[in-house]
Order: sequence, then structure tokens, then C-alpha cells
Amino acid sequence: MSIESYVLGIASAVLILIVVIELLRRRHLRERHAVWWLLAGTLALVVGIFPQILDWAAGLVGIAVPTNLVFFVSIALLFFVCLQHSSELTRLESKTRVLAERIAILEAEHGATSNNRPAENDFME
Amino acid sequence: MGAVVDEVFAKLPGVSCLVVDDCSSDRTAAEAIAAGATVLRLPFNLGVGGAMRAGFRWALEHNYECVVQVDADGQHDPASVPLLLETLSGGADLAIGARFAGEGSYTVSGPRKWAMKFLAAVLSSTTRTTLTDTTSGNRASAPRAIALFANHYPAEYLGDTIESLVIAARSGLVIRQVPVVMRPRAGGVPSQNFVRSTVYLARGVLALMFALMRPKSSYGAGARS
Repeated sequence: MSIESYVLGIASAVLILIVVIELLRRRHLRERHAVWWLLAGTLALVVGIFPQILDWAAGLVGIAVPTNLVFFVSIALLFFVCLQHSSELTRLESKTRVLAERIAILEAEHGATSNNRPAENDFME
Repeated sequence: MGAVVDEVFAKLPGVSCLVVDDCSSDRTAAEAIAAGATVLRLPFNLGVGGAMRAGFRWALEHNYECVVQVDADGQHDPASVPLLLETLSGGADLAIGARFAGEGSYTVSGPRKWAMKFLAAVLSSTTRTTLTDTTSGNRASAPRAIALFANHYPAEYLGDTIESLVIAARSGLVIRQVPVVMRPRAGGVPSQNFVRSTVYLARGVLALMFALMRPKSSYGAGARS
């Protein structure tokens, strides 16, 4: 490994960590979402500084070309982040749905949109 | 829209009529108000399930004892409502107006028919009663069903009919079916070509599978409250 690629690896890992921590510091990123990115940055930094770890880990799981382990872990991590976002989106959608229903009901109760007939009987359409 | 509300009031004197306007761009809300209905205007499009749940929530908060859904396209005859209500008085929590139970001449064919047959068979066993028209939107709900649906009416496509039945059955509600006559729609075009019917079959089966797989605890609280 050349000295240039060694420095590049460490520099990009440090950059990831700086960006994530800065976003956290400014509250542009919530901790629960930052966990995966912090994990990715830390892993990249450790492997960047001590590339032997990568060779050792690749041998441990039987991967012949160590960089393939990097790709595998990266894709797995991205996959989980994506999944987490989809799940989060679903939660947000159901919350928005509840809010929309509440607004509609409050508007009908208080706004000019309603023109209530007295409910003489006990059922409705 | 105005015509549907007018017919409801004409055939069912004394009822109160709620129209849920799922963010439509036409004159639905204005016509319904002019006709004397209460209108819930959703701020953005929620789909059938969202509109239904908003309606049930309204019914729950205003202590209605009974909710009957009638499609806004004029497909459901309000004259069927007394029969549905009778079924509720007979001890059912949910009464379904079915199109294939002998009355009327509503027919379908191809994948849509298979889908309906399959759904009917599975849901009949889930609900422990004979159901022939599981996707019928002509239903009456008693208080226990209203309380359940106000919190747990599914928002997904086909969830409004199929999954709501599964939820009701698994919450211990009594479901009964009565034969009704469906009329041709006053507005809108029915989707009946082969490809769309096949998609309908697939989505119906998928919706049913997930409905049966969901843990009871995800909606159990609503049935008791």
C-alpha cells in the first residue's frame, strides 16, 4: 500500500466523522439517526489506520480479497440505514394521518365548513 | 354529491349525514354542505382508509351509536340501511351489505372474480360466518366496531375492506352479511380490465396475508376501550 492511499483512507474517515459530529452538534441530526454514520466513520478510521485488521477479519470469514469485505460491510450498513429511513417514514406518515384527521374534525366542529343538522336519531351515514 | 346526500335524507329521515371530503378539487364539499350534510375536509389526500377512520373518529367523539357507510358515487342504495341496522339490532357488531348474496345482478369475471372468491373463502373462515362479498363498502358498524375502527382502520389499499374485516374478527366482533342490490355508479368508471384485475388479485392476497400476520397487540387496545 502506498503512503498516498494510506493517507487518503484516514483523511476520508476523519472527514466523515467531522461532518457527522458537526451535524450532531448543530442539532441537524438526531442521535438515533447518527449512530450508523458514527459507526461507519469509526470503522473506516480504525481500518484506515491499521489495515492489518482488514486482512485479519477477511481471513476470519474466509474472504480472499480483503477489499471485498469493505464492500460487503459498506453495502450492509447502507442497507440498514435505508431500511431505518423507510420505517421512520412509515411512522411519520401515520402520525401525519392522525394530525390530518384531527384537523378535519376540529375544523368541522368549529369552522364555517360545517352545517350541522341536529342529530335527532342515533345513527349517521 | 348533492344528489346522494339528498337521497339519504329523503329515504332515511332523521339521520345525520357526514361526508368526508378527501381533499377533492371539485365541488364535493360545497354540494354536500348545501344539501345539509356535515363535512369533514381532510387537508390532504389520505385515501379511503384515512377518510373512513376520520369518519369513525367523528362518530366516536360525537357518541353515535351506529355508523353506516354509503359510497359517494351513488352505488349504494340508502334503502338498504334499515336492513343493515336490523342486523345490528340482532346482535351483530358489523353488518355487511353483500352484492352476491342473491339480490341484484352485479357480476364480475376473470381474475377479479377469482380474487373475490378466494378472499371470501379465507375471510369466511377468519370471521366464522359466511361472507361472499368481502370488499363491499356498504357496511353498518355498532359501537364496539366504531371504537375499534376509530383507532385502527387500516390506511393501505384494500386495507379498508379486507384488513378491517380481519381486525374486527380477531377483536372478537360479530360480523354478519345481508344481501343488497348495488346500482351502477353515478360517477367515475369501474376498473375492470384484465391487467388491473390481476393486480387487484395480487394486492388483495398480499393485503390479506399481512393482515393475518400482524400481531393482535397492534390493534388490541382499541377493541377494549
